[in-house]
Amino acid sequence: MEPLTSKKKVLEQKPLTLAERMYLPAIAKGLSITMSHFFKKEATIRYPEVEREFSTNFRGMHSLKRDEEGRERCTACGLCALSCPAEAITMIAAERKPEEKDIYREEKYASVYEINMLRCIFCGLCEEACPKEAIYLDGPIVPSDYLRKDFIYGKDKLVEPPLNKK
Amino acid sequence: MDIAFVIEKSVLVSIIFGISLLIAMYSTYAERKVAAFLQDRLGPDRAGPFGMFQPLADGLKMFMKEEIVPANASKWLFMVGPGLAMLTACIGTAVIPWGSPITIGDRIIPLQVTDINVGLLYIFGVVSLGVYGVMIGGWASNNKYSLLSAIRAASQNISYEIAMGLSIIALLLVTGSMSLKEIVETQHGWRWNVLYQPLGFVLFMICAFAETNRAPFDLPECETELIGGYHTEYSSMKLGFYLFAEYINMFVSAAVMATLYFGGYNYPGMDWVLANTGPVIGPLIGTAVFFIKIFAFIFFFMWVRWTIPRFRYDQLMHLGWKVLIPLAIANIVVTAVVIAVIEGF
Repeated sequence: MEPLTSKKKVLEQKPLTLAERMYLPAIAKGLSITMSHFFKKEATIRYPEVEREFSTNFRGMHSLKRDEEGRERCTACGLCALSCPAEAITMIAAERKPEEKDIYREEKYASVYEINMLRCIFCGLCEEACPKEAIYLDGPIVPSDYLRKDFIYGKDKLVEPPLNKK
Repeated sequence: MDIAFVIEKSVLVSIIFGISLLIAMYSTYAERKVAAFLQDRLGPDRAGPFGMFQPLADGLKMFMKEEIVPANASKWLFMVGPGLAMLTACIGTAVIPWGSPITIGDRIIPLQVTDINVGLLYIFGVVSLGVYGVMIGGWASNNKYSLLSAIRAASQNISYEIAMGLSIIALLLVTGSMSLKEIVETQHGWRWNVLYQPLGFVLFMICAFAETNRAPFDLPECETELIGGYHTEYSSMKLGFYLFAEYINMFVSAAVMATLYFGGYNYPGMDWVLANTGPVIGPLIGTAVFFIKIFAFIFFFMWVRWTIPRFRYDQLMHLGWKVLIPLAIANIVVTAVVIAVIEGF
């Protein structure tokens, strides 16, 4: 076959020297290399107990944020669900009652908010779409589970814990 | 034969049997740990502290697994195979001297099950019997891969046994005895045989790797070509027996190498220690030294396994027949000439 480039590398096969044919020097070298690895620090991280440090822009599990008075910011506009390329987000909106004023910030809120973590691709588009700064992907890795239904996270898992009221 | 003798030997046999099983069990754990450390990993660390109970978990798993006998297998031989492998692996320990005799009261208890005057030949015979377990298992499985593996194991053992035997002859010229007890006693203190027979030791060690089917000579279990090799069709504790037998073989050959070439229970300064620690503790210190040597060899086996890739089959045969055998013969000739010159013909 014609060479495809002008570069030409001639491979010359030299006959093995006596030391190479004896195998043993090469084996000793190999053994010393593996022994040097024996004393190296292992690369493994014991995952459930120890977690690796993530970069600051790591996108993990979602959290639904509260405002500075501890009220849920989400107004159930549906923009996150609309922007989601994996169609992982569903929600049901409800109207706020007068006595719920310090639970929800807006007059309309999400009574049900579910994210299917098996569908989610952690792209962060919901975060960008949200006009109320209510959703962020700032959590840890989503833990594993046995059943599909357990991967549909509702508000119980997504909403931030309430602020400590004075 | 008095009753005390029977008790003494039974106890010794049980202890040695227990120790070899325990060491084989923890060799599986050590193997995984050594492999992990050599590859910058951690190895098993979930079962107990540092994963110390991993062998127990593995053993339990083996027992709980479903036992499958292939429909076309030769049922009787299929069952005999792993048992034979285990038996031949275990009986090799009978002639190894584990320490100098213990004196309790006026009774001298040798730390050796039996001191037969052809101990070396016995070891040699037992080691070559070891391949029968593999062969019978591989044949009885009625599986082409298993059969190929069994054939490989047999031809490999035959090829390397010759070089092993020849390297032992040179050792016999130096020690002048076939009894392992006497071979150990001639190596008192620092006068280990490895200093007189360095080439013989290297040859013996290479052959020991081949005889125990360990890497780089583990062609009978070569996964890429033969699936699992001779134990492809085995499951449950029969598979466990094969794997276990391999580790016991490793332990026995480590013990034999330490006995023949590295002085067994001898160590520099042993006379002083023996004189100062009494008739029971002193020999036991020697035994401990012996076990340290054995563990070092077992570690070396593992170290080599996780370093060197497997030989190709023709390379294996080339090494056995065209390199090791001529070298062993040259070793005999040189040793014989030197001994003749020293002793003045």
